[in-house]
Amino acid sequence: MIIEHPLLGPRDAAEFVYLGDASLIHRPSKDDTNAAVAFLEYQYLRDNPAGLHRELWYHEQGDRSWLVVTRNTVTHEITDVQLAKDVARSEGRSR
Amino acid sequence: MRYSAFQILKEGLTGNKGWKKIWREPEPKTEYDIIIVGGGGHGLATAHYLAKEHGITNVAVLEKGWLGSGNIGRNTTIIRSNYLLPGNEPFYELSLKLWEGLEQDFNYNAMVSQRGILNLAHSDAQRDAYTRRGNAMHMAGADAQLLDANGVKKLCPFLNFDNARFPIKGGLWQPRGGTVRHDAVAWGYAHGADSRGVDIIQNCEVTGFQMNNGQCEGVHTSKGSIKAKKVAVCVAGSSSRVMEQAGLRLPIESHVLQAFVSEGLKPVIPGVVTFGAGHFYVSQSDKGGLVFGGDIDGYNSYAQRGNLPVVEDVCEGGVALMPMIGRARLLRTWGGVMDMSMDGSPFIDKTSIPGLYFNGGWCYGGFKATPASGWCYAHLLATDNPHPTASQMRLDRFITGRMMDEKGMGAQPNLH
Repeated sequence: MIIEHPLLGPRDAAEFVYLGDASLIHRPSKDDTNAAVAFLEYQYLRDNPAGLHRELWYHEQGDRSWLVVTRNTVTHEITDVQLAKDVARSEGRSR
Repeated sequence: MRYSAFQILKEGLTGNKGWKKIWREPEPKTEYDIIIVGGGGHGLATAHYLAKEHGITNVAVLEKGWLGSGNIGRNTTIIRSNYLLPGNEPFYELSLKLWEGLEQDFNYNAMVSQRGILNLAHSDAQRDAYTRRGNAMHMAGADAQLLDANGVKKLCPFLNFDNARFPIKGGLWQPRGGTVRHDAVAWGYAHGADSRGVDIIQNCEVTGFQMNNGQCEGVHTSKGSIKAKKVAVCVAGSSSRVMEQAGLRLPIESHVLQAFVSEGLKPVIPGVVTFGAGHFYVSQSDKGGLVFGGDIDGYNSYAQRGNLPVVEDVCEGGVALMPMIGRARLLRTWGGVMDMSMDGSPFIDKTSIPGLYFNGGWCYGGFKATPASGWCYAHLLATDNPHPTASQMRLDRFITGRMMDEKGMGAQPNLH
């Protein structure tokens, strides 16, 4: 698989480390009223779709940026790549 | 029909015209006591043991494709019980004991071949870890021997013992491990279940669950709706997709694991050998091909095929371990979709929905578990209590804190 890095252009997926579902960007707060359940769902439960999947890849053997890659889990086709920083900010995270 | 030496002789003398189909092809009834969703090894084993051990025969096995079209026909056929944790090891040892009596039990030749499995140690720390593992195996009644480098040399003289980076210091040897003809396991369990009255229905995809007041009362399928007192899902690889129809999220990611076979070679590898410094395991089939594999590709996938970096990685591991295979040519590679759970261990449990049961999360260790998985799932379905050896394989273990993390990797499925 080739990942179109937003800054570096096309890079081999073997340069990256895979983390998982991009919802991991949104870590719950320990101050939530149902924090135990929120953390269980955050840490252990996954949608695991067959089809388009937004996921976190880390460019370990490159510029060490985190990317949000949108990839089809049935065909392995990559349709969108963004810097995770930009995604997190656009979804309301402060950093 | 019962298979026996006499039957082979009789059919041989009469032109082999009397062999019947191994299982019937019935149309689904409108209602069953138990519906098993998924006609792979585990589902068929569950049906077989429900009928044989618990006398429950009003059972249907629903299979989306053809029987055994999933991971039962895609694995590398290894059986073993060399686990460590108390929640796992007795279960896998039960499985190995069931493998040993399997062919007589379901009256079908599955070519169970106990040629042994050897896990190689490349450092003192790794040898210590295998000592501990061997002791854990003994405590569960399994067999295990710690070998030094000379002991390994007697079994496998062809290994690269003097590799500067990964010298072979010894290994953990389980003589009762081995391989089994994987397709025949599906056919044998189908034969065992079908001959006791279980309906095996192929090309019948489950498209939803019949819910009534929060209770599961049956399934909707491509062949119409079918009622059941209990619905038992057993679709490892596609667990999240099927359970989503019941509104349940699982602690599972689907990943692709590749397997490989070389051209046919003369007999050289005595049993199963695993490389302890990388991830590579190999056995030799009766046709002579080296059957081997390594790590999962490491990203969510339902594709049943992998990518080249892992092909390269696995082949590098193989050549590092046994340089003699460097000239062997790769014949085929393929991929299977694994339920990778969050702690690397499986589930056999009730769900939060009454009437709906779940078996899955087998990671890449499902094949060896087939008999015990069926045995324990049948026990759960028949008695509504978990079997003692599977009592820790619960869906709620992540909230109760009773994870079974054999590798100590945490909630990162692609590392298990």
